[in-house]
Amino acid sequence: MDTKNIMIVGVGGQGSLLASKLLGRLLMNEGYDVKVSEVHGMSQRGGSVVTYVRYGDKVYSPVVDEGEADFIISFEILEAARWLPYLKKDGKIVTSTQQIDPMPVITGAAQYPTDLAEKMKAVGADVDAFDALALAEEAGSSKAVNIVLMGRISKYFDFSEETWLKAIEECVPPKFLELNKKAFALGRNI
Amino acid sequence: MKKLMLGNEAAARGLYEAGCGVVSSYPGTPSTEVTEFAAKYNEMYSEWAPNEKVAMEVAFGASFAGKRSFCGMKHVGLNVAADPLFTIAYTGVNAGMVIGVADDPGMHSSQNEQDSRHYAIAAKLPMVEPSDSGECLNFTKAAFDLSEKFDTPVILRLCTRVSHSQSIVELSDRVEKELAPYEKKASKYIMMPGNAKLRHPIVEQRTLDLIAYSEDCTFNRVEMGGTELGIITSGTSYQYAKEVFGDSASFLKLGLVNPLPVQLIKDFASKVDKLVVIEELDGIIETHCKALGLEVEGKSLFSPIGEYSQNIVAKTLGKEPGVGAAIADPIPPRPPVMCAGCPHRGLFYTLKKNKAIVMGDIGCYTLGAVQPLAAMDATICMGASISGLHGLNTARGEDTEGRAVAVIGDSTFMHSGVTGLIDIAYNGTNSTVIILDNSITGMTGHQQNPTTGYNIKGDPAGKIDLEALCKSIGINRVRVVDPYNLKECDTAIKEELKAKEPSVIISRRPCALLKYVKHKAPLTVNAEKCRSCKSCMRIGCPAISMVDGIAKIDNTLCVGCGVCQQLCAFDALEGKE
Repeated sequence: MDTKNIMIVGVGGQGSLLASKLLGRLLMNEGYDVKVSEVHGMSQRGGSVVTYVRYGDKVYSPVVDEGEADFIISFEILEAARWLPYLKKDGKIVTSTQQIDPMPVITGAAQYPTDLAEKMKAVGADVDAFDALALAEEAGSSKAVNIVLMGRISKYFDFSEETWLKAIEECVPPKFLELNKKAFALGRNI
Repeated sequence: MKKLMLGNEAAARGLYEAGCGVVSSYPGTPSTEVTEFAAKYNEMYSEWAPNEKVAMEVAFGASFAGKRSFCGMKHVGLNVAADPLFTIAYTGVNAGMVIGVADDPGMHSSQNEQDSRHYAIAAKLPMVEPSDSGECLNFTKAAFDLSEKFDTPVILRLCTRVSHSQSIVELSDRVEKELAPYEKKASKYIMMPGNAKLRHPIVEQRTLDLIAYSEDCTFNRVEMGGTELGIITSGTSYQYAKEVFGDSASFLKLGLVNPLPVQLIKDFASKVDKLVVIEELDGIIETHCKALGLEVEGKSLFSPIGEYSQNIVAKTLGKEPGVGAAIADPIPPRPPVMCAGCPHRGLFYTLKKNKAIVMGDIGCYTLGAVQPLAAMDATICMGASISGLHGLNTARGEDTEGRAVAVIGDSTFMHSGVTGLIDIAYNGTNSTVIILDNSITGMTGHQQNPTTGYNIKGDPAGKIDLEALCKSIGINRVRVVDPYNLKECDTAIKEELKAKEPSVIISRRPCALLKYVKHKAPLTVNAEKCRSCKSCMRIGCPAISMVDGIAKIDNTLCVGCGVCQQLCAFDALEGKE
């Protein structure tokens, strides 16, 4: 099987490391060779962050490059647009519609572009945009956005729901398990 | 057992399996997690040292005593530890000693892009370089055997993409090592001229022996494929090249990157039509090949700047790179910022208001340099804020003594700031030093340090009293302020700048991301009171924006620190008690 590429993008501090940990665990459980590349350090302080997840029979490079991503999972819609050039022609974007103003927008040095989902669709991207933050809050915590997004993305994979739930159990602390299971279900079932 | 592991976690596992007994490091991205994961194994003693020089000397002492040891640091940390490095290269080791150093091509979280392979060459030390987590584990283990076989410290070179990528590793059990016997060997370990003169030829012979070893060691391997193109590479560059060419090219993958083999390279070159070296940063392997008289291309094709990727390799060597679509709108950049509730914010706002010249340092607070605070004038390296301020004030005297400060974090002050403060006390400039004490090493992800009162495992430990330390150095004016209180900060900064003697202000409040810190409820905006003056925007808080001319607070980010409230003349920002 050819190597498949997933990118998880967002704003530093939004919880993308848990999402990549979960995907990595799930894909390894399924018997694939897996590489996950993360960002630590300064970029985590509210900057644009990207995590790469690659899987297949044998994976070499730990990073995903332009035009290679089968999936882009985005916590914030401007970040989806930023990383759009990394999407494959027939790739899919799953993004929360949440907007977080970057500092140049806050200071007035730049504008936050409008209608991003439509503009991405207009250049040929397959975009699934929804309010993951509202669902996370419904599940009980705004921090569960990552698991809501995992629920949503799970619809596009052939892995069983049990496979996903097992990976969640292996990756989140027991006291948050119920909350995360609820977040996953809300993301998966809309 | 198989496990998906970060490169750094796998290196820590390698330490564990190799029977390493002592780990001493200073945190620095991307190296930090090696030691954090090492500390999870109770069979090894692990610690955070105050700086990399201390860490390396601790590791030397442990090896000298007969225990396998490790010290870890980022590339610029090796500059700090360079002094012991060059001399333990002469003494060699008793039990195996491995020095982990992580380079940061692309400068994800660093102030320069230096290539640490130059240190291996300059200090005449063997250096191994893994290219994924599996090799991180195996090379770390093998590095101890190499260290003992050749009586030398061995450098383990990591880089951001190897340190911070996860791949699957195969775990083994730990092999406990007996403490190697300790014998006094003055001529081996006392590096005074008479003894060092006897050790230097041993080092030169060791390098020759290591070159012979490199010709058929397990660190290096040839993967013959198509012979039109032969690629000599190492580390993460190997992965990018293999991704692009697979079996269509031949590879000489070097895991021992110093010293480099001679015959192995010549033999490989003779089997391929065209020879290319792919190595991030400097052209070290290429220069070696050229010295052997080989026709080879490297830096004429590939940049010495930044990280590579499969697309860069593809484009450079005439393959089709991937392309994607983009929207027409410009995408505003999203640089890192101080977090909402960051205790550094109020202090930097006050420095900006006072038009201070700010000598900066290395940590989260370097973000005080970015808009809209932009309250920083220079940042060089760990500790340079304080010594740089002394130099500035020495050169300009009263002109800057009344308007320049140094800002430095608690961990950075322990690392190498205290020596600069000693210079100020000793040689007497009327300098004002601000220690930003957020009770943790923040930027690298919350490591304990000598001022926090806890050790690497989170157990109670010795606690350096910053006030007492500064006073004992001879600084008479030492005061503590709460950076959430703008008025208190302003008064302190004005008074200490005016003072005709050296002074230290300790700006003390724990990092807002620490789990034990209790936050207040998010603030809300009273839209009727907001006059759209944007005063609250001057502190550059990511939780505050203007929507339709009215301030808006993001309640997922706001921690109710109240700094913005102190800027609002109309009481439009309201908090809950």
